[in-house]
Amino acid sequence: MNAQATAPLAADLTFDLADQPLRDLNAALHKAGVETNARRWHVLNPNGRHAVAVGINAPLEIEIAGHVGYYCAGMNQQARVTIQGNAGVGVAENMMGGFVHVKGDASQAAGATAHGGMLLIDGNAGARCGISMKGVDIIVKGSIGHMSAFMGQAGSLIVFGDAGDALGDSLYEAKLFVRGAVKSLGADCIEKDMRDEHKALLAEKLAAAGLAGTVDVSEFKRYGSARRLYNFHIDNVDAY
Amino acid sequence: MTAHNNVPRTLPRFSSTFDPHTLAEIRRAAATGIYDIRGGGTKRKLPHFDDLLFLGASVSRYPLEGYREKCGTDVVLGTRFAKKPIHLRTPVTIAGMSFGALSANAKEALGRGATAMGTSTTTGDGGMTPEERKSSQTLVYQYLPSRYGMNPDDLRKADAIEIVIGQGAKPGGGGMLLGQKITERVAGMRTLPAGIDQRSACRHPDWTGPDDLEIKIEELRELTDWEKPIYVKVGASRPYYDISLAVKSGADVVVLDGMQGGTAATQDVFIEHVGLPILAAIRPAVQALQDLGMHRKVQLIVSGGIRNGADVAKALALGADAVAIGTAALVALGDNDPVHEAEYEALGTTAGAYDDWHEGKDPAGITTQDPVLSARLDPVKAGRRLANYLGVLTLEAQTIARACGKSHLHNLEPEDLVALTIEAAAMAGVPLAGTEWIPGKGGTY
Ligand SMILES: Cc1cc2nc3c(=O)[nH]c(=O)nc-3n(C[C@H](O)[C@H](O)[C@H](O)COP(=O)(O)O)c2cc1C
Repeated sequence: MNAQATAPLAADLTFDLADQPLRDLNAALHKAGVETNARRWHVLNPNGRHAVAVGINAPLEIEIAGHVGYYCAGMNQQARVTIQGNAGVGVAENMMGGFVHVKGDASQAAGATAHGGMLLIDGNAGARCGISMKGVDIIVKGSIGHMSAFMGQAGSLIVFGDAGDALGDSLYEAKLFVRGAVKSLGADCIEKDMRDEHKALLAEKLAAAGLAGTVDVSEFKRYGSARRLYNFHIDNVDAY
Repeated sequence: MTAHNNVPRTLPRFSSTFDPHTLAEIRRAAATGIYDIRGGGTKRKLPHFDDLLFLGASVSRYPLEGYREKCGTDVVLGTRFAKKPIHLRTPVTIAGMSFGALSANAKEALGRGATAMGTSTTTGDGGMTPEERKSSQTLVYQYLPSRYGMNPDDLRKADAIEIVIGQGAKPGGGGMLLGQKITERVAGMRTLPAGIDQRSACRHPDWTGPDDLEIKIEELRELTDWEKPIYVKVGASRPYYDISLAVKSGADVVVLDGMQGGTAATQDVFIEHVGLPILAAIRPAVQALQDLGMHRKVQLIVSGGIRNGADVAKALALGADAVAIGTAALVALGDNDPVHEAEYEALGTTAGAYDDWHEGKDPAGITTQDPVLSARLDPVKAGRRLANYLGVLTLEAQTIARACGKSHLHNLEPEDLVALTIEAAAMAGVPLAGTEWIPGKGGTY
């Protein structure tokens, strides 16, 4: 670890991946709170590196100045991570809590299997956004690719733009809200009534992301599981 | 055919093709419209370790004294990259079996038995329970496509991480846990509604192919500060290539599971018709490791139908570093025990053949979530039986190794073996007994 990282009581800390190894960054982040009280971390020159800022279990604010590769902020538990660029596959995968904000676009499997926290993507997200999601809230201001929320178990996926093919295929209990067009719905995913309670839920999630009032919640449609595949039935065999 | 006095009659004759089991299956399928789901591994006869024999020492080789000369059994797993490799006293580990498929008491018993013998146990599809973490000194945490219950706290608590790509019973298939076993606790751990039929994904959600796997492994290492050994588990299908790719992706340990390997619940047609018997898979896997200069550097754990110390010794002689057991461990705990015969009969089966593990009605309290049935399994006593059994496997393997003149189980080698059948000789790459003939030698994978 560099001298800066060990300096006690530093309020701000800068880590330049152009000349400091990724291993040192992640190790320092894992020790945050023990070896440093720095709460605001600036990561420079990520240059598409994979596994940047993964496994953080402290209430840090991390600002990444550029594009990241796969699995940025993977398994995040408490941190607020802002990516000033695009994110590769599996951003915030398996996140447990905290807030991850992608200022650009996100690749495939954004927020995959995440259990909690919030993932906000200002641009578009690729295929399989929210795949196997388990409680996370994902907000995509742009559009999402095909097979999004595949086997989504819990949490909400909120999309300001359009959704690609097979949205919510084999969906469990995740709640999907899409403002634009849905190219097609996957097996067992249906459009459901958007009642007041759902509008309230949507408004609450948007407020939590600091987006209150930016869109009209009544413009969204709600999609969820028809729950027809929950127990195997021979008459549904075509859907399996 | 009419009976005439004194004319010999043709005895009723069953077809080998349409045998009684096959006929019953056709009738069952016609009546229900759904495939048969069951637990366990393949039931058909396959080329297996029984088709191999050890030669033992004689004039040209020198044996070791049975009880006095040391024959080491320890193994270190994860020496390639992990800062904290795993040290085991015996090379027989307990394979991953999920809480959900198994009762909490069964998981605890596995932990107790393994710990008493200085070996590891493994979580499964469904996450880590506090009971099994507490009872297991060395616990391998599975990272499966479903990612049920996957979380970084448990990842940090684990002693190793096993990325599951496939299982021998169903290479290419996902998990299955039917509604009867999805109790509140199991459902909660998996973030699913209680009582539904749970079919877990067969592909990982956030990576595809070996190039991505390499990045995934890097992420898991970064997450856990490069401390923990990372295993990659595959079902035996194309072992030479799968093991090569797992090694190239950065695995510390590769786990290879043959088609005899048990499962909690899978379609019978899948169990019986997909994958390779473990006998056919070990040599290609070892060849892959050797071709990459990684044999003994990336450790190989094999499983699928390991029952006794001879099987352990044969697997090691073919080049494995350790083995894993699932079914045999459950039997040691009390699965399929004839003491429950009356109850097995009430379930339409008999002790030794009971395989409806997915129904959750196991009289032995092992493959169930029913609190009354689970309470029948005393984790302390069952753990002791498992420890005894693991001890016997180790002693038996040592007995054979000493007879072959080896001061460590890992010194066993293919040259100690011959095969009883041409098939086994070809698959295991050892000579047919009494000959120098290794069918297929010189071929490529
Ligand atoms: C009841 C049961 C549950 C299993 N659950 C899992 C699992 O969750 N994950 C996994 O990788 N393998 C699972 N397996 C497969 C075992 O890990 C192992 O590969 C197999 O049992 C080895 O073969 P054997 O049973 O012949 O010893 C399970 C096996 C059984 C019998």
